[in-house]
Amino acid sequence: MQSLTTPLLFVLALAVVGYFIAKSRALHVAGGDIRTLVSLPKQHALNTVLSTAIPAFGAVLMLALYSRITGTTPGWFFSLVVLGLGITGFALSLIGIKTQTRARTYAERWIMGLLIFSSTIAIMTTVGIVFSMLFETFNFFGQYDWRDFFFSTTWSPNFRGNSDLGIIPLLWGTLYVSFIALIFAVPIGLFAAIYLSEYAGPRLRAVAKPAIEVLAGIPTIVYGLFALITVGPLLRDVFAEPMGLGQSASSVMTAGLVMGIMLIPFVSSLSDDIINAVPQAMRDGSLGLGATHSETIRQVVLPAALPGIVGAILLAASRAIGETMIVVLGAGAAARLSLNPFEAMTTVTVKIVSQLTGDTDFASPETLVAFALGLTLFVITLGLNVFALYIVRRYREQYE
Amino acid sequence: MKNSLLVSDARTKKRNAAEARFKAYGLSAIVVAMLALAVLLTSVLTNGLSSFQQTFIALPIELSEDRVDKQGNRDPAEMAKTTTIGYAPLLRAAIVAEVERQGLTTALSDKDLGELISKEAAATVRDRVLANPDLVGQTVTFDLLASGRIDGYFKGRVTMESAALDGNTSPEALMIAQSLADAGVIDTKFNWNFFTAPDASVQRPEAAGLGVAILGSLYMMLVVLFLALPIGVASSIYLEEFAPKNRITDIIEVNISNLAAVPSIVYGILGLAIFINFMEFNQSSPLVGGLVLTLMTLPTIIISTRAALKSVPPSIRDAALGVGASKMQSVFHHVLPLAAPGILTGTIIGLAQALGETAPLLLIGMVAFVREYPAAYTPEAGLFGEASTALPVQVFNWTQRSDPAFVERASGAIITLLVFLLIMNAVAIYLRRRFERRW
Repeated sequence: MQSLTTPLLFVLALAVVGYFIAKSRALHVAGGDIRTLVSLPKQHALNTVLSTAIPAFGAVLMLALYSRITGTTPGWFFSLVVLGLGITGFALSLIGIKTQTRARTYAERWIMGLLIFSSTIAIMTTVGIVFSMLFETFNFFGQYDWRDFFFSTTWSPNFRGNSDLGIIPLLWGTLYVSFIALIFAVPIGLFAAIYLSEYAGPRLRAVAKPAIEVLAGIPTIVYGLFALITVGPLLRDVFAEPMGLGQSASSVMTAGLVMGIMLIPFVSSLSDDIINAVPQAMRDGSLGLGATHSETIRQVVLPAALPGIVGAILLAASRAIGETMIVVLGAGAAARLSLNPFEAMTTVTVKIVSQLTGDTDFASPETLVAFALGLTLFVITLGLNVFALYIVRRYREQYE
Repeated sequence: MKNSLLVSDARTKKRNAAEARFKAYGLSAIVVAMLALAVLLTSVLTNGLSSFQQTFIALPIELSEDRVDKQGNRDPAEMAKTTTIGYAPLLRAAIVAEVERQGLTTALSDKDLGELISKEAAATVRDRVLANPDLVGQTVTFDLLASGRIDGYFKGRVTMESAALDGNTSPEALMIAQSLADAGVIDTKFNWNFFTAPDASVQRPEAAGLGVAILGSLYMMLVVLFLALPIGVASSIYLEEFAPKNRITDIIEVNISNLAAVPSIVYGILGLAIFINFMEFNQSSPLVGGLVLTLMTLPTIIISTRAALKSVPPSIRDAALGVGASKMQSVFHHVLPLAAPGILTGTIIGLAQALGETAPLLLIGMVAFVREYPAAYTPEAGLFGEASTALPVQVFNWTQRSDPAFVERASGAIITLLVFLLIMNAVAIYLRRRFERRW
């Protein structure tokens, strides 16, 4: 990479110089009267800049990638390729400046290439995510039996080897925390959405809606700290200890409650959109038959909005499953299969963090397991999302 | 009068009661949500506001030549051989002298008196002396950090009862500190160091600051801004204005909406596997952090940019095309400037989201303890290549330490983070209000 910086800087300088040369050359070709030119001088200049820089930049990217894959250090040959491409583009575009040259079209082709390249980055990200995790997961399953990973009920990593790396206790913790979070967030979020869209006057709406949305803008580390220093000790002193259910401040309940708060705005804003999409005619019909407002909502609006609301809940569930900081700070680190919500349990995301932040040998199964956990997490959340979006989309089409 | 319209029957009463109940549920849900917000903010504020104050001890320190500058030539290179351990006795002597001058008596030994002062203070004095060797031989009054427990006492975190159980301090120490405070020697002031100082070791919570973390976050935001904005806008323009309606475009669009919902920690795994293991960028560098956050915020920026582009009416494009502009020119000269406020708003919101993100940064090694301010560019490490930490990660780091003084610091850091987010969101809302056009 380092040795390619110099030719790259040279090409950049060449492009800047090319801008002015091309401009004056275009004027020169036109004999001072730009009306004879098909394209304006500045478009010739733009074309020169882009034809000089883009191939060279592309070459740098490709060569850097190539040298990473093969493990070779980029030598003088690479620099030569970059310089050659830059100079060729520079020369060709300058030679091509004639009165009849359609420089605007050429320049726009380069720009179009850039636009297309940018929009493929999203795809490359997905490919990168999938491949980086697949690759290491295969390494992991080469060292550790996949049946033990998916079906063993003990999780006890041991950095001297012989670890039990069963995902079931972690999945249990994840689902338990998410379940409590949803139990808390769904009724509150849903009722808040119903009240705001059906009952609230403009004054209350103007205050309550932004206030609930502020909850969505708060970073998860803030919720994590809230769980750690406020909610955890409170739950322990008020509920867990007097009831003899445990002495730990970090517990499934702590993480679940705080995560529930985080999910309220998520559920309420999605449900709000969906309830608003139910046609007014359906409400009017119900009210016209003599139903009260709440009967209309329960018997007409909610059933009509049900698929969308289910979609919203699924999206919230996928959020809850992938959430990291709240559970790292609030749920604890002990992998445990228990029903007691006041006990510390751990989740998939907590273990990804703890296995990848220690000073351990990267090739050991104890570290590689994090990639298998990540892939599992990715597959679960992706599945939930795709399913939820499918439901929401199908529902929307009904009334549009 | 069984069936009067004026007297509601039992069934109507029941229905009306149900109506009132339903309404009450809705209202209480909103109250609960707003209460949760209030409790959350109060909890963070009450825990964290005290971190913006810090207890200092003003002491005249005799910088005797035979202690500080053994060679006597005022050469900073020579004087640097005296370590902070060499300065500690000076500080101890100074506080003992100060206690005597105030006419206070105490059961504490000189060593215990010395421990009223933070361990960091010796380094502060040494740095001042090395920067200005002319101070040697004079008696200079320094504002020194008080130790964490003393600081906690003046903030109400440490009490006489807790001090009696604490191995690091004692009720006598608190009493002498109180007398010194009454005499005006110990004072609590606004804590600028909290924003500028780097992190400090586990024993010195009083010296820990956010300097490195703020710098690291700033670098990452720069990387995100310079990568995510152009890439996001370019890909939105392509998808919204040029892309043919075919299968590939569909795949890209589904892809983007799914990427927006991928858990953030997965991006951390991606960063670790691709940027650190494969590309061999430096671990815990703002460059890698910025790249990971860029990929994470791209979907947000793309979605909001596409909405902004979509809101520009087609008549604008048609008018531009009608006077001979190319499609590209109509987009870049007319549609894009009109959509700019919306794009900017979306970008700021995306940046705010990236600023608060923690989980992926943990995986790429930003949890490391960093005391050196990272340089933006060094020939060895490259652009943004020096190890650094970030604001939310610093919060996480401090929560992992056992001294309760760090809880205060963590909450203070959260307040700082929230203030930054508040400013960014306020700017976004202002831009939207000021420049948004309804067609």
